[in-house]
Amino acid sequence: MCLGVPGQVVRIDESPIGMTMGIVSFGGVTKEICLAYVPEAAVGDYVLVHVGFAISKIDEEHANDIWAALEEMGELERSESPTKADVS
Amino acid sequence: MKFVDEYRSEESVRKVADSIRALVTRPWTLMEICGGQTHTLIKYGLDRMLPELVTLVHGPGCPVCVTPLELIDRAVAIARRPEVTFSSFGDMLRVPGSELDLLSVKARGGDVRMLYSPLDAVRLAQKLPERQVVFFAVGFETTAPAIAGALLEAERLDLPNFSVLVSHVLVPPAMEAILSSPACRVQGFLAAGHVCTVMGTHEYDPIAERYRIPLVVTGFEPLDLMVGIRMTLAALEEGRHGVEIQYSRCVTPGGNLPAQKLLSEVFEACDRPWRGIGVIPKSGYALTPRFRKFDAAKRFDVETVTADEPAVCIAGSILQGLAKPRDCAAFGKECRPEKPLGAPMVSSEGACAAYYSYGRE
Ligand code: SF4
Repeated sequence: MCLGVPGQVVRIDESPIGMTMGIVSFGGVTKEICLAYVPEAAVGDYVLVHVGFAISKIDEEHANDIWAALEEMGELERSESPTKADVS
Repeated sequence: MKFVDEYRSEESVRKVADSIRALVTRPWTLMEICGGQTHTLIKYGLDRMLPELVTLVHGPGCPVCVTPLELIDRAVAIARRPEVTFSSFGDMLRVPGSELDLLSVKARGGDVRMLYSPLDAVRLAQKLPERQVVFFAVGFETTAPAIAGALLEAERLDLPNFSVLVSHVLVPPAMEAILSSPACRVQGFLAAGHVCTVMGTHEYDPIAERYRIPLVVTGFEPLDLMVGIRMTLAALEEGRHGVEIQYSRCVTPGGNLPAQKLLSEVFEACDRPWRGIGVIPKSGYALTPRFRKFDAAKRFDVETVTADEPAVCIAGSILQGLAKPRDCAAFGKECRPEKPLGAPMVSSEGACAAYYSYGRE
């Protein structure tokens, strides 16, 4: 139900009276999406779309946090568990 | 697809699972709030990759599952009217009411339609001025901005033939209800990433404080979930509590401010019954006076319809993390996705349907 799908903004149609709409591409499939809740999004940005509305811009920098965390986990394991050389 | 595939790498997920095994020293019980998370956990077998000391219980986070029977009956009563074109998201149309579900209303000649977005219902009302177009608005805080946007558009277009049957529920009061129950087993929460995308995390700080539990706002892909579980367990092992954000590519502490602003114009909090759980104070949305003219329950006078839940279904206990689907006598027998007795078997995000679809006994 709370499914959110990431897509890339292809076009933005500002509307002076109604809501800002735009075209978002989901791996090549495009759809008309309401962009009123992501005024900071520009063409080329990735947004998270839920039932026809973009509810956030995807932060590319933070998207990489997870890889840094994984690296760290690898490090932790190595330093926590003794290496074969230590044991013998 | 970017921002999807890379979070499904089995190798990365295993790496995190290994580091969890190295981390955990005591038994812990975590609850994932959102049905979308339940679905991913079971689909990818993430729960089976965890050490035996870690138990996951599934939360109430499937809006379809917690919609009370009487609301389904009200929807059916409205949909059966000849002048009405009734619409909602797909899952909602299959939930059994006391007598009928909405798809059976359609099979009997009713005009019932499945729509992708509530804005499509507004467009439909413009296109069919002689029909009364009703949208059954179900969902959590994630979906509410879409309903609010549709209502704002209907107001701007001054549409006399558009209305919504509101069945919106809010996550933090439900978490409080679960935590304050004496039977509560939950020691840490994976909070719902997309709800927090909209609302931010401020509502969760007091909950984490009061119950001294860790609460990690987590995404929906397998790797997100595994990392969220690791963050929660690390906090528990170190005796920390408080709110942390795993899903930082979409969630900020403040949330989506334009969406929150519109939500406060369109909705106000109200007491709300949750299916199988009962009334939770201030856990639902009702329309504010300005938007009340779009209230389908008032327009079609169905506010007095009430219903009793089927006795065999233990959805309430499942939704509070007190039981698992296999504890239900009807699971996989009288109750199956083709013939659901309760809502958790209808929605692909309901715990019962997830267990059934992925062959869990
Ligand atoms: S298996 Fe069916 S009857 Fe049993 S709790 Fe789940 S939905 Fe209800």
